[in-house]
Order: sequence, then structure tokens, then C-alpha cells
Amino acid sequence: MGVRGVGATRAQAFEQAALALTAVVADLQTIDPRQPIEVECQAPDDELLLADWLNSLIFEMSTRKMLFSRFSVRLDGRRLHARAWGERVDPARHHPAVEIKGATYTALRVAEENGEWVAQTVVDV
Amino acid sequence: MDLSLFRQRSAHEWEIRPRDDMQVPAVIFATEALMGEMDQKVYEQAVNVARLPGIVKASYAMPDAHWGYGFPIGGVAAFDPDQGGVISAGGVGFDISCGVRCLHTGLTRADVAAAQKDLAEALYYRIPAGVGSTGAIHLGPAEMEAMLAGGARWAVESGFGLAADLERIEERGQMAGAEPEMVPQRAKERQRDEMGTLGSGNHYLEVQELTAVFDSSLAAAFGLGIGDIVVMIHCGSRGLGHQIGTDFLKRMATSAKQCGIRLPDRELACAPINSDVGRTYLGAMRAAINCALANRQILTHLVRQVFAELLPQATLSVLYDVSHNTCKVEEHRTNGESRRLYVHRKGATRAFGPGHPDLPEALRAAGQPVLIGGSMGTGSYVLAGTTESESRAFSSACHGAGRAMSRHQASRTWRGRQVIDELAARGILIRSPSQRGVAEEAPGAYKDVTAVVDAADAAGLARKVARLEPLICVKG
Repeated sequence: MGVRGVGATRAQAFEQAALALTAVVADLQTIDPRQPIEVECQAPDDELLLADWLNSLIFEMSTRKMLFSRFSVRLDGRRLHARAWGERVDPARHHPAVEIKGATYTALRVAEENGEWVAQTVVDV
Repeated sequence: MDLSLFRQRSAHEWEIRPRDDMQVPAVIFATEALMGEMDQKVYEQAVNVARLPGIVKASYAMPDAHWGYGFPIGGVAAFDPDQGGVISAGGVGFDISCGVRCLHTGLTRADVAAAQKDLAEALYYRIPAGVGSTGAIHLGPAEMEAMLAGGARWAVESGFGLAADLERIEERGQMAGAEPEMVPQRAKERQRDEMGTLGSGNHYLEVQELTAVFDSSLAAAFGLGIGDIVVMIHCGSRGLGHQIGTDFLKRMATSAKQCGIRLPDRELACAPINSDVGRTYLGAMRAAINCALANRQILTHLVRQVFAELLPQATLSVLYDVSHNTCKVEEHRTNGESRRLYVHRKGATRAFGPGHPDLPEALRAAGQPVLIGGSMGTGSYVLAGTTESESRAFSSACHGAGRAMSRHQASRTWRGRQVIDELAARGILIRSPSQRGVAEEAPGAYKDVTAVVDAADAAGLARKVARLEPLICVKG
């Protein structure tokens, strides 16, 4: 399943890609962004940083049994500092369709085009 | 797929001759009709795999091949460590050792007819399935190490199942050479609460009826007959395997250049088998195989508990347990000599032919059972490994139907409730925590499994034995 974030900045595109990641699992409107968590990662290039960011979220979703619906990303070169807000998964309310195994490097791209940043990849479900 | 790009070797074998930096040809096994429907990306990915160092004989794709991550799903490739051969995390996949186990209940349709609804409810209640579900088993650090080293054998010794089950599992239930200490800590954290869970996506537990026999002597050798009821479990190494895939994909992608490997696609991330990264991955990947084998063993135990309460006359012996996403060291003959090769099967089933020493004695004369899962509304198949499969594609066969439609498209085409009602009208009970998940897995989203299995049979990859149709499906 492909996920793509588009934004005015690289950080915004990363935030939007994270929203798309959650939407693969559940309807964003059903997830209350009440509890924050911190995420940090770094990678040798923008593309691997995007994959790392999404994979960090997949790890947090899996181990904390949480879903996230709000993201704030700050990029410092190839370092990412982020906060994600969400809540514990409730199957009766969130009706989660699938769990995500990992973000792949298929169709992985981070680029500025026509004045907008695009951050995309395919996730394995 | 553009068929003009291929040389047709036979009715079911299509070759891409080596060009540019391809080390070997690429070969797809399929009928002309399946080739026509196949994604063009399979062509590109099969060619890319043929470019990897140390690949032996050919890059193969099975009849159910479709666009994967780096390797095509349905891809088979063997590498020789003495020729600079590589091991690839992408070539194994994220869900390491995802596979299928078949249990023979010893019951017939008449035995389960009255209990079908209760059985569906009890299995759904007892088998943890879907996002956020956890099992009853929570592993501490020492138990985690023991599970990763011991596989299904650890599960049996921990009280989940019978020693006799182990004979009917690849590697006798315990993958040798597993190195739990090579498994990243995050992978272990992800697995802590996930033992004995089914997962989600295309994973399922089905109760099926055997509706057709194609080879009566092989069916008899497998103990199968018309009207028999079996349980089919499809799942893998859960969060542990996914995290190992994720972590090593990055390590291999970033170290490939230092190892002098030029990757045609980052997803083909690999390392020489004889390298630190290669050896570390191998130890971790084998531990993940054990995790998958232990997981299916625990699920088997839960299934037996449910049947013991509702249908105590059921026997529930293991017919066989196959793994789809693996890299295994095997002896194969090429150019008249026997070589130890690292065989990657990504969405492909090992299919050892009759007489293979790794098969349990009871199955050795017949060949390995090859279990093919279809979609929840169509059917599944049991095949048997053939002698000629060795020379076709290192004793490999297809693994399922393969998606014909994306999840997004499927969820826009069907509603979960509608799929459940339509299948219920045909006598198939679906139980799932997610309606959208059911819609995404609708039978119409998959290719025709019969066409795939017929092609595998005609190509000599495995021989068709029996067809199974679902009565109950528990979906994650």
C-alpha cells in the first residue's frame, strides 16, 4: 500500500506521510490525539530518513498498541525530532483493518517539485 | 506483461535471456493467460535479481508472481557463497517464515455441520487476531532466547502440542543455526506479547472441507479423502520477523557499497553470505523462522483446545507445515555436481520431491505436501513435491493466489458486511474484528487460485493432490 505526504516543507511532507500511514490502519477521525510520544531518528539521506521515521512509528504502534493522529516533525539535516499524539487502540471504536509490517524502499522518494515537498513510500501490510 | 520480451522454452516456461549485467537468465513458470495478466514489474524484478552476485542457474518466478519489494513475490533465487553469493533481507521479506500449517481433524462434514456456528464463535474467541491483539503468553528475556533457539520444539516442550507434531514441520520444527543474540532488541520487544497471535492482513485460520481429489494415491499417502475436514493456519513470525526485516534492510542497503555490491534497486539490499552483516542476518533470520514455527505450534494448541470442548472426537494431527519467506541452505545438483546453495524463496513454497532425506519417513515416498492458500471465498489446495521440481526451480512451487487488486481498490469495491453476508449464504462463516479488513481481503481481490495451481502442476513444480473449500474463516 502506498503512502504519500505533500507539504510546503520537508518536515510537513513527513508529517503528512505519517498521517497517510495511520490511514492505512484506521480512520483518522476516530483517533483521539490525547497522549504524546517522542520519536528521534537519523539516516544518511532523506529517503532512508523517511523510511526510518515511518518504521519508528510502526514500532511504537506495535509495542505501545497505539494509533496516532497528530504529528509534529522537526528536521535538523538528516536528524529527525518528532512528537506523535494518539491513544491506545480500541478495536470496537477504531475498527483497525491491518497492522503494518514495515515501510519498504519501494517507490521511496523525498523530493521538492513545483514548490512542494513530496515524501512517499510503499508499506508492507 | 509484454510476452515479446520472452523466449518460450515450453508451454509453461518463459525465459529472459541474460543481457547487460545479468549473471543468469530469468525464468517465469506460468500459462500464457497468467503471463498476460502478470504485472510488468515482475519482469523488471526478476531481471534485477538475475544481476545479483553469485546467483546460480536462473532467477525464477512462480505462477502466482506479482510485484514485490525488490524480489518479486513468488521469486526463487539460489546463491553460492564460494562465488561471492549474497543473502538478501529483501529476498526473504518482512514476514520471515510466513507459512501455512494444515491439521487433519479426522472429522467429516457431517460431524461439524451442527457445530459450525459454535465452532466459528469459539475459534474467533480463542485465537487472538487483528491489530493490537495480544496472546496469553508473555515472554521474558530468557524465554525469548529459548523460543528463538528452539522453535516449535520449544513450544512443545513448553506444553503446546505433541512431540509427534515436530516430524511434520519443515526442519523438524527447529531451524538449526539460529542465533538469538543476533536478533535486534527492538525485534524482541515487538514480539514480547505476540506469541500465539494470528496477525492481520492476509493471515487467517480456516476450517475447510476436502471437495476434490486429483491424485488418489498421493491423497491416501497424506491421509486425505473426500469430505474430510481440515484446519489451515496461515501466519508468520509476527512483529519479530517484521522488525528484523526492517532493521537488516537498512543495514544491508547502507553496507552494500562498502561490500562492492551495486544495487539495481535499494530494496534488493543484500550482503555477501561470507560477511559479518550476512552472517548476522542469517543467525537472526533463522531465529525468526523458529519464532514463526513456535507461533503456529501455539495456535495449533489453541485450536485443539477449542475442538476438545466442542468436538472431542477430533484428532487434529499435523499434515504438514510449510514456510514461504525464507533463505535456506540446501544441496542441489547443477551442471552434474552437488552444491550447497542459499536458496531464497519469497512468497514461494519449498517442494521437495519423493525420496528427499529431509522428509519424514511417512511422507518420503510421496514427496513433500505443498499447502497453497487461496482466498476466503474460493479454495485452497494440497500439492506434492515432484522429482522434476529439483531441476525446474530448486524444488520450489507457488504459495497462493496472489492479489489481483490493491487493498484500496478492494475496500472501495466491496463493503465488509456485504462480503460476510454473501459468503454466509454460501455456507462460509467469516469472523473478523475489522469489516474493512474483510473488504480488503474479498475473494474478488485475488487471482484465480485454480489457474495458479494448474500452472504449477503442468510446469512440473508440484503435483495437484486435493482441493479444499472453506467452511469457517477467522481473519485478523
